[in-house]
Amino acid sequence: MSQRFRDAVSNGRPLLSVYMTAGFPQLDDTVRLARTLQDAGADMLEIGMPFSDPVADGPVIQSASEVALENGMTIELLFRQLESLRSSVSIPVFLMGYWNPVMQFGPKRFVNDCMVAGVDGLILPDLPLEEYCATFQSDVERAGLAYAGMIAPSTSDSRVREIDSSVNGFLYAVSVSGVTGATGGFGEAQLSYFKRLSDLDLRNPVIVGFGIHDAPTFSGATAHSAGGIVGTAFIRHLREHGLDVSRMRNFLNSIRPAG
Amino acid sequence: MAVEHNPIREGYFGEFGGAFIPEMLRENVVTLASRYREILAEVGFRQELDALLRDYVGRPTPLYHARRLSEDLGVTIFLKREDLCHTGSHKLNNAIGQVLLARRLGRTRIIAETGAGQHGVATATACALLNLPCVVYMGRRDMERQAPNVARMRLLGAEVRSVTSGSETLKDATNEALRDWIANPADTHYVIGSVVGPHPFPSMVAAFQSVIGAEIETQFAAATGGDVPDAIVACVGGGSNAIGGFVRFLDNAQVRLIGAEAAGEGIATPCTAATLTLGRPGVLHGARTMLLQTNDGQIVEAHSISAGLDYPGVGPQHAHLHASGRAEYVAVTDRQALDAVKLLCRTEGIIPALESAHAIAALSLARFEPGVRVVLVLSGRGDKDLATYERELATPEAE
Repeated sequence: MSQRFRDAVSNGRPLLSVYMTAGFPQLDDTVRLARTLQDAGADMLEIGMPFSDPVADGPVIQSASEVALENGMTIELLFRQLESLRSSVSIPVFLMGYWNPVMQFGPKRFVNDCMVAGVDGLILPDLPLEEYCATFQSDVERAGLAYAGMIAPSTSDSRVREIDSSVNGFLYAVSVSGVTGATGGFGEAQLSYFKRLSDLDLRNPVIVGFGIHDAPTFSGATAHSAGGIVGTAFIRHLREHGLDVSRMRNFLNSIRPAG
Repeated sequence: MAVEHNPIREGYFGEFGGAFIPEMLRENVVTLASRYREILAEVGFRQELDALLRDYVGRPTPLYHARRLSEDLGVTIFLKREDLCHTGSHKLNNAIGQVLLARRLGRTRIIAETGAGQHGVATATACALLNLPCVVYMGRRDMERQAPNVARMRLLGAEVRSVTSGSETLKDATNEALRDWIANPADTHYVIGSVVGPHPFPSMVAAFQSVIGAEIETQFAAATGGDVPDAIVACVGGGSNAIGGFVRFLDNAQVRLIGAEAAGEGIATPCTAATLTLGRPGVLHGARTMLLQTNDGQIVEAHSISAGLDYPGVGPQHAHLHASGRAEYVAVTDRQALDAVKLLCRTEGIIPALESAHAIAALSLARFEPGVRVVLVLSGRGDKDLATYERELATPEAE
């Protein structure tokens, strides 16, 4: 697993990870946006590979994916864009997407291109642990990539431990059962779920995603975890305010106060 | 009832199937997979389901020797009359079964996807009968194309939610139903309408539709002094009526199994739904199966004049039967299907659904030996397609 990711997690304060869609808003924005997010204060990036049928995503990320596909985004093109990633971006970068495009690209070729581009890890929400272990894990680990195991509030403690012992990377804890883009706050149930995970004393850091959109949700999510992921709220910001770095810094500071 | 499928390993048919689902759905899918077989085997459940199939759905449906059609095609044809089921198609066999099952599992809310509206109407019907709230997801474009079925569902008390993402058709309605299930895992059961989706849906829906093949076996034997059909022919979108007709005969290699998929405007055009003829293996809606897709792995919109076959995937068991060669699949164009509608109307006085008409057209493409006896699963009736028939088929006065 990459030193970049290890360092980011052990930095001390909760890590702010931001999700962006490759090829959105404009086809060639991918690397420029990644650099702008880094300059605006993001600790880690998740670059979404658009898919025609994103079942784990709500309407905002769905529509960003549709625009990216209409712009002409493909995995092939993404790796060409990422050739210049590491000349300007030094924070950890994960690729996030659905299994079918990766399967068509070729899993071995995919991890190889990740390695060449300096990608640190992968998040594949519709590839369940059993399939990952049976068909993909050896390629991922040979390439030295981190891998995120998804867990949900309905995931039992024993299953959480099983996932924790099977992946090297982080546990992506989905805050509520639902798709991306929830706008409410976190209640007792979520906060005690985050606490329960922390009490399990897991090998991998836990990073919380889904529904983080402001300071209370970020601090609630990270009181007992290594970090939080902002996705839908950032895509909304991006649609409204574009790539302006100072506005982006203000937006990220409104979620995790600077300090 | 014995569960009538034979996956080589749990959830897989050869290299196809599995359960490619986000972790949020795992608890539900694992519960369903571990419990549906035992529930289906309970005497009380069987009695309740069998009584409803008999008294409410109208089973057994007739197996009818279609003499004039046989004469016209030079092959002996028996029609398995699923078009005579309540709500007009085989879809109710599965919807009633799954809603009963959901009740046994303590679920209090039902969701479904629908393309042409037949499965939506069947699910809304089962929910009205069994007193459960029902939400049906339907693509905005399909709601326009199939307005009478939207009205039926609403009359039956279902809420029909318009889906405006993606291509606004069946594939997107399925995505939206899956998102609803992810958000409501505790109280909701998702009644998938075909032999698609993550394990255990392909096997479970096959089990509920296997009543078709079981009746064919008994009725054909009664009609012929103990014989078995030489071939079973059925249309394939997701493929539930075909699997229902096939499963009983999978182990008898003497029985040819023939599926008719929709070629749309032709397999050399982009306007097609011939997934097995043209597709490549991929993962969609929770299963590894054959898909119409781009080189980049984006799912392509399917096209067929029949809204019920307009799907870029296919049930994983069909993908396996295709790969192994146990079943044959022929691609039938829109035009061939329309000609077959006319043929059945004029020879037998039966107006078939556009989906079923693909199976009738396949009779002419399948090259039968002289003297064979074929059972054709007539999956649905054509009332819902009248507007299309009026537009596309010349009336006698106009000829």
